[in-house]
Amino acid sequence: MYLKRTNPTLFYIQRILFYALVIVITLYLLLPFGWAVLTSFRKATDLFLPPLQFALAPTTLDNYTQVFANASFRRGLFFSTVVAVGAVAISLLFGSFAAYALGRFRFKGKQFIMYIILAVSVFPQIAVLGGLFTLITRFNLFDNPLGLMVSYLIFTIPFTVWVLTSFVRDIPGELEEAALVDGASPLQTLFLILFPVMMPALVTTGLLAFINAWNEYLFALTFMSTNRTVPVVIANYSGASQFDQPWGPIMAASIVVTIPLITLVLIFQRNIVSGLTAGAVKG
Amino acid sequence: MTANAPTQPPTAPPVARKKVRGIEGARAWQAFWLLLPTLIAIVLVAGFPLYRTIFFSVQEANLTTPGQATFIGFQNFWFTTAEGIGLGFMQDPQWWTAVRNTLTFTVFSVALETVFGMIIALVVNSAFPGRAFLRTAMLVPWAIPTVVSAQMWAYMYNDSFGLIGQGLLGGQALLADSSTAIWAMIAVDVWKTTSFMALLILAGLQSLPGDMYEAADMDGATKWTQFWRMTLPLLRPALLVALVFRSLDALRVFDIMYVMLGANVAASTSMTGYARQQLIDNQLLGTGSAVSVAIFIIIMAIVVIYVTAFRVKFD
Repeated sequence: MYLKRTNPTLFYIQRILFYALVIVITLYLLLPFGWAVLTSFRKATDLFLPPLQFALAPTTLDNYTQVFANASFRRGLFFSTVVAVGAVAISLLFGSFAAYALGRFRFKGKQFIMYIILAVSVFPQIAVLGGLFTLITRFNLFDNPLGLMVSYLIFTIPFTVWVLTSFVRDIPGELEEAALVDGASPLQTLFLILFPVMMPALVTTGLLAFINAWNEYLFALTFMSTNRTVPVVIANYSGASQFDQPWGPIMAASIVVTIPLITLVLIFQRNIVSGLTAGAVKG
Repeated sequence: MTANAPTQPPTAPPVARKKVRGIEGARAWQAFWLLLPTLIAIVLVAGFPLYRTIFFSVQEANLTTPGQATFIGFQNFWFTTAEGIGLGFMQDPQWWTAVRNTLTFTVFSVALETVFGMIIALVVNSAFPGRAFLRTAMLVPWAIPTVVSAQMWAYMYNDSFGLIGQGLLGGQALLADSSTAIWAMIAVDVWKTTSFMALLILAGLQSLPGDMYEAADMDGATKWTQFWRMTLPLLRPALLVALVFRSLDALRVFDIMYVMLGANVAASTSMTGYARQQLIDNQLLGTGSAVSVAIFIIIMAIVVIYVTAFRVKFD
């Protein structure tokens, strides 16, 4: 601030450089996605145009109609939703029980259980891939959304337990003591007293877990063959011939699966930042 | 009785203590029941499958008939036939290529993400009009599914009409050449996760006391000195936790390579890609499990190194 009076030139040079940096960062963060959005509204024949003419080329919705006419993409949306919602619902239920126990109760071996949960959350998925595959085929759950849903618990449960525990610890104890004095059982206390207070935490954690489950690729690729989820459908999206990648429809499909996530993230942005920093587990 | 009296505790306190233990015992049981669903789920999807993987790593087994496994010791890891042919995966040069590429990928992408994340966090942390917008824009790459960002970048790398492949490099096929492909992968990962890093660093920055900087300003310390002497040391704990989690994530990279390079090239670019090819495509349950165990050990070893070398605390 003093610089503005003592050396205005230097001050304005600094300001200009700073805003140049801001613009560079914004372009870096948004341009790849913006370009994908643009491509999803362009005809396949326009893809060869130079960037500026490409940007000004006529807009078309063909790619979107084509994507929604694609049966495997529609099925993918359905299966992705079922699997992700199911895995998140189970994790939130189990996770809030566990978080209540870990955040509020004193018992032997608590530290040990916390370490186990942290260890599982950094588990390389590949370490369980073979074992899970034999289990899933044994129970005839191959290509069944239920099998995929259960396998997703390996990353959704540790994450929800870890983040919810840190939230539960911060809830003032008086609420729960009052309930105990009135003779409420632990489950009554959890559902009637703590759940309303935990609501923002549950929404945030659920959303983050949902994003992870929605984006998961390795298990979805391995445990499903015809009932694919959207990441697998998008990765395998093919055109008329093997050498002709249909970039327009691929981008349209990508935008369709990404827009809900971005919308949710923007609506809940404050909660998400606090959830991420409380958990600091996964990206 | 009287002789024993001093060693015997008075009668009243044990009753009281027993009662306390009764309540605590009941609480412990309640905690146990509350934890039970989570523990069962973890045993079912993590513990037992991990045990199966370790079990199969010392067996000769096929994915379609896991029941017919036979014990062969460590031959999945290292075994030379009478003709001198190496059958263990550790004798396969492709595995070591995958390890080298994964380590290169991890070191460079995590380092670049940290530097870029720090720059973005410092910019967003300073007051200027448009700050709220930039803060929101930060969340976009992070919210995009990895497979989608892989496809987006594959399109940009395309040598006949990609923004980078055709526009910047004039038709160079980045992904076709293994020496440039790994850098193309790093660029995708850096783009996707820098904002996550920036978010964590930003949260750390905002917890630093502002009056400390006012004092430093009074004392005439430059912004540059303030950053190296105050900001960085204070951010160390937050930065280290972020580094550990990002490194672990980068070490198990799979999606980007598999989508952008295909199953075969991914097997020599990512450790997970190699393991999956052995396990699923080649149906070698034994060898694939052995590779998985090796990856598990590598990752756990790196966790231990990080935690002991930097005394990282998770809480």
